[in-house]
Formats: sequence, C-alpha cells, structure tokens
Amino acid sequence: MLRQVLAVTRINLASIPQRFWLSLSTVVAVGLVVMVLLSFLSMAAGFRRTLASSGADDVAIALRAGARAEVNSVIGRDQVRLLEDAPGLVRDAQGKPVSSAELYLVVDGIKRSSQTKANLPLRGIGEQGAAVRQGIRITGGRMFAPGSNEVVVGKSLLREFEGFELGRTVRLASGNWTVVGIFEADGSVFESEIWADLPVVQSLFNRNNVFQTMRMRLTGPDALTQLVAYNDGDPRLKLEVKSEKDYFADQSSETSDLIQKLGWPLAIAMALGALAGALNTMYSSVASRSVEIATLRAIGFGGFPAFVGTLVESLLLAAIGGVLGALFAWLIFDGFSASTLGASFTQVVFSFRLTPGLIGQGIALALVVGLIGGLLPAIRAARMPIVQGLQG
Amino acid sequence: MSDLPLVRLAGVSKGFVKGKDAITIFDKLDLAIPAGDFVAVMGPSGSGKSTLLNLLGGIDRPDTGEVQVAGSRIDALSEGELSAWRAAHIGFVFQFYNLMPMLTAAQNVELPLLLTRLGKADRRRHVETALTIVNLADRAKHYPREMSGGQQQRVAIARAIVSDPELLLCDEPTGDLDRTSADEILGMLKALNRDLGKTIVMVTHDPAAARYARRTLHLDKGHFEEKELAA
Ligand SMILES: Nc1ncnc2c1ncn2[C@@H]1O[C@H](COP(=O)(O)OP(=O)(O)O)[C@@H](O)[C@H]1O
Ligand SMILES: [Mg+2]
Repeated sequence: MLRQVLAVTRINLASIPQRFWLSLSTVVAVGLVVMVLLSFLSMAAGFRRTLASSGADDVAIALRAGARAEVNSVIGRDQVRLLEDAPGLVRDAQGKPVSSAELYLVVDGIKRSSQTKANLPLRGIGEQGAAVRQGIRITGGRMFAPGSNEVVVGKSLLREFEGFELGRTVRLASGNWTVVGIFEADGSVFESEIWADLPVVQSLFNRNNVFQTMRMRLTGPDALTQLVAYNDGDPRLKLEVKSEKDYFADQSSETSDLIQKLGWPLAIAMALGALAGALNTMYSSVASRSVEIATLRAIGFGGFPAFVGTLVESLLLAAIGGVLGALFAWLIFDGFSASTLGASFTQVVFSFRLTPGLIGQGIALALVVGLIGGLLPAIRAARMPIVQGLQG
Repeated sequence: MSDLPLVRLAGVSKGFVKGKDAITIFDKLDLAIPAGDFVAVMGPSGSGKSTLLNLLGGIDRPDTGEVQVAGSRIDALSEGELSAWRAAHIGFVFQFYNLMPMLTAAQNVELPLLLTRLGKADRRRHVETALTIVNLADRAKHYPREMSGGQQQRVAIARAIVSDPELLLCDEPTGDLDRTSADEILGMLKALNRDLGKTIVMVTHDPAAARYARRTLHLDKGHFEEKELAA
C-alpha cells in the first residue's frame, strides 16, 4: 500500500506544473495570509519584549492607588519623605536610599518618518534616577548637570524624532533646553524618553512639590513584601507599590493583546479567502487529473492513494505558501523598527520580533488551510467513479 | 483455445439514467468467451460496446445478472476486492493510451507491478520483457510526448501485459492511429493471443481491425449477432 501511495503521490506532484498558474495563486494567497498574521504577531512580540526588558524585580515603583499609568499618578512631597524611610531599600553610607521621585510630562516632537507631531515623554529624575534603572549608559556627551536646563535623550528617540542631536537646543513647552548627552537603556522603553533634572522640570512646568512616581532600589526582590506592608500600614501613604517588572508587564499586556486580537481575526478572515482559493485549485486539480486517476484505478490502484496524493498536493502548495509568507515577513518585518502609543500615550519605539515560535504558528495556519482545502477534493478523487473519470 | 469460458455473462441488465430518461443498454444479456479467444466487438456508436468492456473489467457494475470473469463473480466483489482483482486478471488498453505524461515508458509500464510483491530488480526485468515484446526496449527512458501515437499505444500494451493478466480489454485501440500504426498494433495483439494465449476482447469500428480477431460480435440494440472468422 505504501508503494501505491508513494507512486500515486509522485505522479500527482509531478503534474503540478500543468496547473502552474492556479497552483501559484494558491501559494500566493496562503503566503499573504501568513505574512499578515506574522506581521501582527511579530509586532506584538516586539512590543512585549521591549516593555518586558524595561522592568527589574529589585526596583519598586510607587504610584497613586488606582493609577494604571504614570501620567495619571500624583504623589505629594510628604509621601516621598515617608517612602524614603521605608524598610527594604538600598542605602548609601549616609543612610540615604537609592531612590528617585519623578515627574513625567508629555511634550511635542516631530517624527522623522511622517513629519507629524507626536507625544514625547519628558522625565524629571532625581540624582539617583539612572541608578534605579538597569543598564543606563551615556553613549555620547555627558549626564545633565543638576540645576541646569540640560537634557539627555534616549537613542531610540534620537533616531525617530527630529532635532535631538547632541548640542542642539530644543524648545519644550515654555523653556529652551540643551541636549548634552545620549543614553542607552538595554533596549528598554526608557530609550524613548527625554530626561532632565527634576527640580528644574518642576519649576519650569509649574509643578513645584508635585511628583508622579517614586522609584526605589530594593535590597533584593524579597524586600518588596516589606515595602508593600509598610505602605499598606500607613494611612498617609496608601499608594500602589509594585515591582517595576510587574508594572511594565501590566502596561504591555494591554497593547500586545490588542495587536494580537486584531491580527488573528484579520488573518483568519483572509485564511477563509485563501481556503476558498485552495478548494478551487484542488477541485480543478482533481478534475484535470481525472483520466489519470481513473486509469490508475482501472489498473488496480485503490482509492486511498488518490486521496493521499491530492491531500499531499494541497498541503505542499500551502506549505510552500506558508514558508514564503514567513520568509517575506522575516525579510520585511524582523527587526523593523516602529513606534506606537504606549500606555501613557507617549511614543514607544520597538522592533518587530519574528521568533521561531511565531513562524511555527504561521506555517501551522498555512497547513490548516491546505488540509481543509484539500480534504473534500481528495475525497472526490478517491470516490470518483472510474468509468466517469475515464471519459475525462 | 480451451472450451473453459473465461468470461460468462448471465442475464446481465444495465441501463443509465440521463436526466429524466432511463435508457436500457442491455436487457438480460448472456455471453460466454472461452479462454484464449480473441473477440472483436463491433456495433453502432452508443450501442454499449464500452459499457460491455467496463463490465468485463470490473470498473462498472451490472444492474442485475451475473458477471463471471477468470473464476470470480465480480458483480459480488467489494470495491477493494475489485481493485485487487483487476490488478491480478485484467489489462486495459484505451483509445488514447492513457499514459502518465510525467513518467517514462519504463515507469509507465512498471505501474501495475507496484501492486505486486515484486522487488525492484524483478520489476525491472518484467518491464524489460514487456517492452521487448512490443519492440520498444530502446525507448524505455523516453517520455510519452517524445513518442508517436503508435509507440505510445505499444507502451500501453506493454503496461497491460506486464503483470501477465489473462484478459486484455481494448477499447478502440487503433481508433486514433493511422493505418500502418494500426496494423502494427493489431498484429501485436494477434501475436499476444496466438503466442502467449492472452484472451482479448477488442472494441472497434474498423472492419479491417476486426479481421485480426478470431470472431466478431455485432452489438445492436442490446443483443449480439455472431460472425465467426477463419483463424
Ligand atoms: N456514465 C454514463 N451515464 C449515462 N449514460 C451513459 C454513461 N455511460 C454510457 N452511457 C450511455 O450509454 C450508451 C452506451 O454507451 P457506450 O457503452 O459508451 O457506447 P459505445 O462504446 O458503444 O459507443 C450511450 O448512449 C451512452 O450515452
Ligand atoms: Mg465506446
């Protein structure tokens, strides 16, 4: 039986060139489906990764209770003082905690690609602002000097927005600022930010004594429970305290879920179209091979090999489409840099990431299209009355 | 030529439904063909010649009646049993050769052997023998498109005899060939009958072709009229 199946499948596949254009149309349709799916999934994966790599589990972040994002949060000076006395924080020789109370504002910038205005985050950070984050490195220029109108900008922001080159003067809201440094942050979301000295930002934007978040370096991930207990136990605090990692995970899940929720239905709708195409191609394949199929049946071949041969043809066409779709998605989208609105309505710059797992999902979808598109025609091939088939 | 019938039809009826009309092709048809016979079947177009061959070859079923071929009541076999039965006992030759265009002559001839337990070397030997019988040993590696109609039909005959079936069923085997090629094919069938003892039933329109057979059956309005020929 295996010999029969192999022989018939081979004959079947060898006849594909006779149906070249129709077969190609199926390959292209399936390829497009996979490409669209993978563009969405790799976008979601890239976004998730950018935000996930932004968070550490030994850094705690405090926000106003119920504030999901930094922009919606307000913390008063008294609360900042209370947090500075909290247990579980890393302290220097003088007993000062490694922490940074911050102000997070939205300013305008011009996107290089579209020449349109978009929101940019300007962050006023404390002295320890860089120390409470992972992998901050000044790659050009220097850190801003405390008390000055100087800013440092993340390298993603520099790439995507106009006018932030080292040494340039930028106008942000009411004041002029000088770009004195460019920094990296391990590919995290901070690379899309502008940083300046907190007291200067507070006074220039009329937010004296107002803070939005407080970042604290913990003695270790375990210290978080101590800090949370301290916060919950003091009625003057009652803030929301979580690890930076959890904070970013919460932020990213919404957006990446949204991207995925858009991507799959679109891909499935397109897959239905490709499925109709595959069915049509395979029914014509069976029709054009009817004399061959019937001749083999007359010789003594069974119906099952005709079934398998047809199904394999369909799966092969779909698989070729899937692989080509994945290949094009990879060529076009992998590493493709994009920016989109983050949870705080500011721009987050991230790269599409086409992982082997996602490619697997794309090819699986292609094979499902091939399987369903080939099944009914394959049954027809197996059941075709021989006499009718011989008449062509 | 033995007297044992290789083919026996008893009370076979067969009709088709075409749209609203039901047409009867055979009504209680009886027929016996002894092993070793070479029968030409003639008759007007639409008289049921092909249908008769299809019934004998087990690719179509009678509405009622018995079809006994090579010792089996094939009207009673299941589809799977019929496939195996055809592989063992029947060789078909079609008007348009029905070769697989993407396979070489040798690969086409090998197809029926894929249904046997023969190993690769044995299969190659059988293919060579069959191609030698039809005088095409030198064309084993050629594709159908590289051969004339007559040559393609000879490949088809080699395919029909390669697994050594008792009964060859030929539906207008020379219907698409010129006189010279036709005579070559018919001479070959005659030799297969005479030298190898193959029983042959051949449908033809051509009285000249029918003269190669031992006898001719005229099929008209569902009945036979026999005309014996000197062998
Ligand atoms: N599958 C079929 N369905 C309906 N009618 C058929 C079918 N096969 C044959 N017929 C009809 O049966 C009659 C006999 O056909 P056939 O055996 O092919 O005749 P012949 O070979 O003598 O020309 C014709 O009228 C033909 O139209
Ligand atoms: Mg006919």
